[in-house]
Parts: sequence; C-alpha cells; structure tokens
Amino acid sequence: MLSTQQIGEIRQVIAEHGRLSSDIEALTDETDLFSAGMTSHASVNVLLALEAAFDVEFPDRMLKRSVFESIDAIAAAIAELTEANATV
Amino acid sequence: MPPSERSGGPTSAAGAAGFASLGDATTSQAAFRDELFARGLLIESGVPGLYGRGALFEEIRARFDALVDAAAAVDQPELMRFPPLLPREQLESSGYLHSFPHLAGSVFAFAGSEADALAQEERAARHEDWSEHQQMTDLALVPAACYPVYPAIASRGPLPASGVVVDAGAAWVFRHEPSHDPARMQCFHQREIVRIGSPSEVLEWRDQWSQRGLALLRGLGLAAERANAADPFFGRGGRMLAANQRQQELKFELLVPLGGEEATAVTSFNYHQEHFAHRHQLLLADGTTAHTACLGFGQERIVLALLFAHGFEPASWPAEVRSRLWGS
Repeated sequence: MLSTQQIGEIRQVIAEHGRLSSDIEALTDETDLFSAGMTSHASVNVLLALEAAFDVEFPDRMLKRSVFESIDAIAAAIAELTEANATV
Repeated sequence: MPPSERSGGPTSAAGAAGFASLGDATTSQAAFRDELFARGLLIESGVPGLYGRGALFEEIRARFDALVDAAAAVDQPELMRFPPLLPREQLESSGYLHSFPHLAGSVFAFAGSEADALAQEERAARHEDWSEHQQMTDLALVPAACYPVYPAIASRGPLPASGVVVDAGAAWVFRHEPSHDPARMQCFHQREIVRIGSPSEVLEWRDQWSQRGLALLRGLGLAAERANAADPFFGRGGRMLAANQRQQELKFELLVPLGGEEATAVTSFNYHQEHFAHRHQLLLADGTTAHTACLGFGQERIVLALLFAHGFEPASWPAEVRSRLWGS
C-alpha cells in the first residue's frame, strides 16, 4: 500500500505529464485516464516521470495500457515495484 | 504512415551501426542482394540500404504503381505530390521525434567563414568528422509520405462533409537504419493514400483497403497474409506504445516471403485515431476533431518480393502475373 503522500506524487506526475483534458483534482482514483484525455504518447511520458519520481523501473510485463489506466492501477504497480526493491 | 510507420518500413529498431558491424541479413538475404547487384537491378553505393535502381527494377515499380492507381480510382482521391524534404517545423509538430527519434533525419548545411570552409574541406577530404561546421536548416527528410499531407489539408480549414482522400503518390522517404538486408533500405518509395474523416469513415476505408491490398498482392502471385502489427517505436516507452497499438488493432500489415526467417511487411494500414488531427488541428465540418488513417505500399519491397517469388527474368514470370502488370 502506498501512503497518501505517494498517491499525491502520482497525481502530481499525471497532472504534469498526462495532458488530461480535465483538472486532475476532478478525477477519482478509479477514473479511466485514457477517457480523461491521456494519449498513448502522454502515458509514455507519465511512465518515465514515475520511474524518476519513485526510483523504479517498470519491467516489460508492465509496459501496457492497463497498468496506466487509472491512479489506482498505477499505485498498485508502484507498490509492487517499491516492495520488491525493499526486499532485495 | 509511420512508419511502417514499419510497417511498409522497419520492423526492428537498428542503431547507428556501421557497415562492418551489420550482421543482420540472413545468408539467403545476402545472396539475394548480391544477385540483385550482379544483374544491375540494384546499384551498390557502398552504404548499406542506399541503392540505385536499374531500368528493369524501375519498370516493375512503375507497373505496380499503375495497379495502385487503378485500385484507388474508386476513392476518387485528390492528388498531392511533395518533395522528399519537409519543413523541420512539421516534423517537430508531428510527434515523430517522440516515437522514432532513431529513424529521423534532418538537414544540416555549412555556415561559417572562408577559413571554416577550408577547415571543413580538409577534414572532409580525409573523410573525418566535419560536422562542427554544419548548422541546422529549416529542413528535415520526409519519414513517411503522408506527413506533409496533414498540415496541407489542415491549412484549408474544416474538412468538407465526408472528409477527404488524398493520394500522396510514390514518394521518397528516409529511415536511418542501415542494413545489409536488401528489403530494409534507408531511402525508398512509399505509395501512400490518406483518409481523413469521421472515425467510422476512416475505419471503413482502412478495412476496405486491407482487402483490396491483399487481393492486389495475391493477384501478382505473392503469398500475402494480413497480420496485426506495431511500429518500431523507440525505447522502453516505445514498447508500451507498440503494445497499445497491437491491443487496439491500429495497424495491419501485409506480409510476404522475402528471404528472411519471417515474412516481410510490404504494405501497412494505419489508423492514427486523433494523433495527427490533434497535432495539426484537423477538424470535421462540425468542428470536432477528425480521425486519420493511411495505407502505404513499400514499393521496393514489392518489386523485391516479385523477383524473389518469380525469378529475376520477368519474361519467364507466370502469364497471369505478366498480364496484370504489363497487360499482355
């Protein structure tokens, strides 16, 4: 599980790189980000910014649309990656 | 067509490899290439992927081009022709440098004093690096034949009802991916046709053309198969773009045997959704954002596929194939 602060960081990354057509504050954690205007190209920028912000690397199996479709989905992926780092 | 675009273009991302380090051609591809050189069908330049074309090669290409003309007539496309260079600003606005930075080419030219010119010439004469005397110009190499079409159509304002079909002809395009595989050229002709309209118009057009293209190639005795495909996007982010493209079925290719371990893409059908329309402000008559699709025949690959399938002497090709191409 990520902290509220970490979820806030994810929201910040999406606000800066997701090129959403609506304000990030108006979105719930379950909102479909692609429906909210994020393009495939913008999702790549979100991916790279998340890697920098959380010091993780998304493995190939996570380089797909469903991992970036909502704040919840991204948080689940970040949680998995940061927990994996913590156990090394 | 991005490529395809490869896609009528590349299917893997080559780096800035030098001639000697390119171990990418199969034995069969290398033998095929050597035979093409020996017969004067292609003319070697010393740079992998950059070839001259002999008279017979060009004749086959022109005959195939005429078949595309005939197949496209039903669309009543508007003809547009563009040079193999485009304004750098158009490339910058297109998103190409985000998706394919490794394939792009831009034009630099000399800027400096007489002394600089002398220094440049001295280095160049020794075949050393003279790039420090070069400055960026306003020009870039056309990466896909459809790229100049979108801004040209957008400059007219909102589209007419039912959108437009543009035939961009057989245009020279550039991809920086040196290879010994004769089917992977750095500079080649893409015959592109572009559809701009509503999502349903564009998808219907693309699906009609994928059937038309399949019939066209099979009619020439090529064992063409349709396959879901993805462009050779750059980097790890590119892998995600490619996965999205496949998942959403945005790109189809027609594949034919061409001496490689896997069949080679000779034609692609690409649905860009709002990608280009958004970047170039292409609007439908009602003011909403248009959708775009394009198809591209990789003409050199199709000529190579015909030579590979039927042999190096068109006089001995199957009568049906000859009849379609030469009408006799």
